[in-house]
Amino acid sequence: MAADPRIANPVRPAFVTSDREGSVIVSIGPSHPATHGTIQIFAELDGERIVRTDVHCGYLHRGFEKECESHTWHNLIPYVDRLNYCSALINDFAYVDTVERLMGVEITPRCKYLRTLLSEYSRLADHLTCVAASLMEMGAMTAFLYLVMIRDYIYEHLADLAGARVTYSYGRIGGLARDLPDGWLKRLGEILEQYEEFIGRVHGLVDRNRIFIDRMRDVGVLTTAQALDYGYTGPMLRSTGAPRDLRKDTPYLAYAELDFEVPVGIKGDNYDRYYVRMREMDESVHMIRQLMDMIPDGPINVDDRRCTFPEKPVVYGEIESLINHFKLVMEGPRVPAGEIYFAHEAANGELGFYLVSTGEGVPYKVHVRSPSFVHMGGAHLMLDGYQLADLVPTFGSINMIGGECDR
Amino acid sequence: MGAEVFEPITASLASGGEEAGVSHGILVVNVAPSAVEAAARALRNRFGFDVFLDVTAIDWIGQSPRFEVVWHFYSTEHKVRVRLKTRVPESAPTVASLTPLYGSAAFMERECHDMYGIGFAGNADLRPILLYEGFEGHPLRKDYPKEREQPLVPYRDWVASERGGD
Amino acid sequence: MTMDPRTIPIHPEGGTKSAAFEYISTKKDELVGWARKFSIFPYPFVTACCAMEFMAVSSSPYDTDRFGAALPRFSPRQSDLLMVVGTVTHKQAPILLKVYEQMCEPKWVMAFGVCATSGGFYQNYAALPGIDRVIPVDIYIPGCPPRPETVIDGIMRLQDKIARAKHPIITKDF
Repeated sequence: MAADPRIANPVRPAFVTSDREGSVIVSIGPSHPATHGTIQIFAELDGERIVRTDVHCGYLHRGFEKECESHTWHNLIPYVDRLNYCSALINDFAYVDTVERLMGVEITPRCKYLRTLLSEYSRLADHLTCVAASLMEMGAMTAFLYLVMIRDYIYEHLADLAGARVTYSYGRIGGLARDLPDGWLKRLGEILEQYEEFIGRVHGLVDRNRIFIDRMRDVGVLTTAQALDYGYTGPMLRSTGAPRDLRKDTPYLAYAELDFEVPVGIKGDNYDRYYVRMREMDESVHMIRQLMDMIPDGPINVDDRRCTFPEKPVVYGEIESLINHFKLVMEGPRVPAGEIYFAHEAANGELGFYLVSTGEGVPYKVHVRSPSFVHMGGAHLMLDGYQLADLVPTFGSINMIGGECDR
Repeated sequence: MGAEVFEPITASLASGGEEAGVSHGILVVNVAPSAVEAAARALRNRFGFDVFLDVTAIDWIGQSPRFEVVWHFYSTEHKVRVRLKTRVPESAPTVASLTPLYGSAAFMERECHDMYGIGFAGNADLRPILLYEGFEGHPLRKDYPKEREQPLVPYRDWVASERGGD
Repeated sequence: MTMDPRTIPIHPEGGTKSAAFEYISTKKDELVGWARKFSIFPYPFVTACCAMEFMAVSSSPYDTDRFGAALPRFSPRQSDLLMVVGTVTHKQAPILLKVYEQMCEPKWVMAFGVCATSGGFYQNYAALPGIDRVIPVDIYIPGCPPRPETVIDGIMRLQDKIARAKHPIITKDF
């Protein structure tokens, strides 16, 4: 069916008129730099003050869950990457970890430590992007350029490892795509030192800057009770003062062996969210430094015929390995029938995968519990009552990633 | 680890002999559709499950009742999760809404309604959230073909010369 | 070789305009083309993952400012290059069309990434299989997401296209 092509708003706002005198209803987005591309906010404005908002997402709904039902468990890893595209490795590892638990596959120690290190590295890239974008939207172009410089070093470094800069498809069920190249860890140490230098500069520019504090302190306040009621997790919940972190509460991968703190905020305003993210980046660097010394030698892929591809020499040499390879490619790894929900602590909060299998090589259902989508449900708490110009930093500090929100 | 937390919940929610068990560390309780709201209320108020994680559905096409609606809850105090499941038929795919209990239910129920057509009684706002006004059908149902597009803007007339080529 | 309608000669048979006019017109086109290609004002219609590479290509390491194309104008009335960065879904398509129509001539469209080019690997009910289904596109940049060097190559090719084109500025012939 085709609707009227002159329609520019394929949604139904919650309010189109207001009985408040002098109010204006404005549509902010969905093509707007500060709404990170694809969110539309209908705001009723009384002068400069936002009275109420109606947040619309879904402009980037790309049918991830439907696509997953027609691809094998392996082939849908690139789709998973593109959920939270700022920290694609965390999505990869959360998904393959969930499948491995459903299959009953135990990953090798080297793989476990590498996944932990790369998850923290990805978290670093995500927080850098969030802080850089929100600072730029307030006019602090220099901080943006510094932080994106470091993020670019990280991207190039991960391109050495995985072949791509932004969306890697690096996780595999039962392991990883390939092992570390030579000199990778040495370059990692160099990047972490450069990170510290640049972050020091950004702290100096921004932390005690009068304009920054005036724009961010006491703006977009979220209380812990509101946050829990609206399902907030991750840095947003921690900025309200609740020290909830899945890496500490229900440790997975190698987090139980690491020494790290969980930074919390005081009031749950924008400044706290900025500072919690900056401190989390420092904690991630601390964890990466510990992990660099902890990675054992050994294989990265578990030697399990159900999910790991056999080596090429035996594929060409033995008929059993040839058939194994063929079946893994054509039908997909057979995951036993059942269902599982498992969550990792992604950069935005609890990223959960709910998988339903009927024993085939193709999933019956893949559902993502995405933190950004849930956060959008409570965005009005932080926007209503503040000024229109406060919408920009508040929205930036929520770190709504469209791929994750709309899936 | 979660056994001491799970036992009283099982005793309370599955008291009528409903199916309940622990699956991969999560307590899974199957309840009747009419018992969902009471179960969620008990989980929140009595057992301390303060975070409502997710609601979604599974389309068991060919089976009857066709849809299985699945809720996940998390307790920040006990650090465990609970999954609540129920089955509703295709002719009346409606369950109770959890919006009176949790604020996060609003958006998630809208998404479930969009994708599967599950009705949530008590949620006044079930506008499309991921899809758009005018979209017919519910795409995550197994009988909706993946490639069926419903364009809002009619496609342009491609002129061969504009497309290029030698 | 692309057949850009703006490079079709006005009078294919040779026509009634004098040689001097043709010479001056060509030189004017070269001058205006040179000015326009080095002062592109992009409108970054950003949706998805390609945004990461768009941010990277606009920042210090790769820097579109060298090409004069760094300064994004977030109003379609003030911009001339519509960079469609990322997947455009059916829900977003009317907005894309509206933004395109609000831009004034001369305008160019860049399809940044495979999702904007052809829908990428999202061939389903939700994603538009390429933005050229709703608006005409001047340059397609493949990649998922494209490396910044690919984007710069695309910008340079677009600059060549702008330089080669006819730029009627006073009348429709001149």
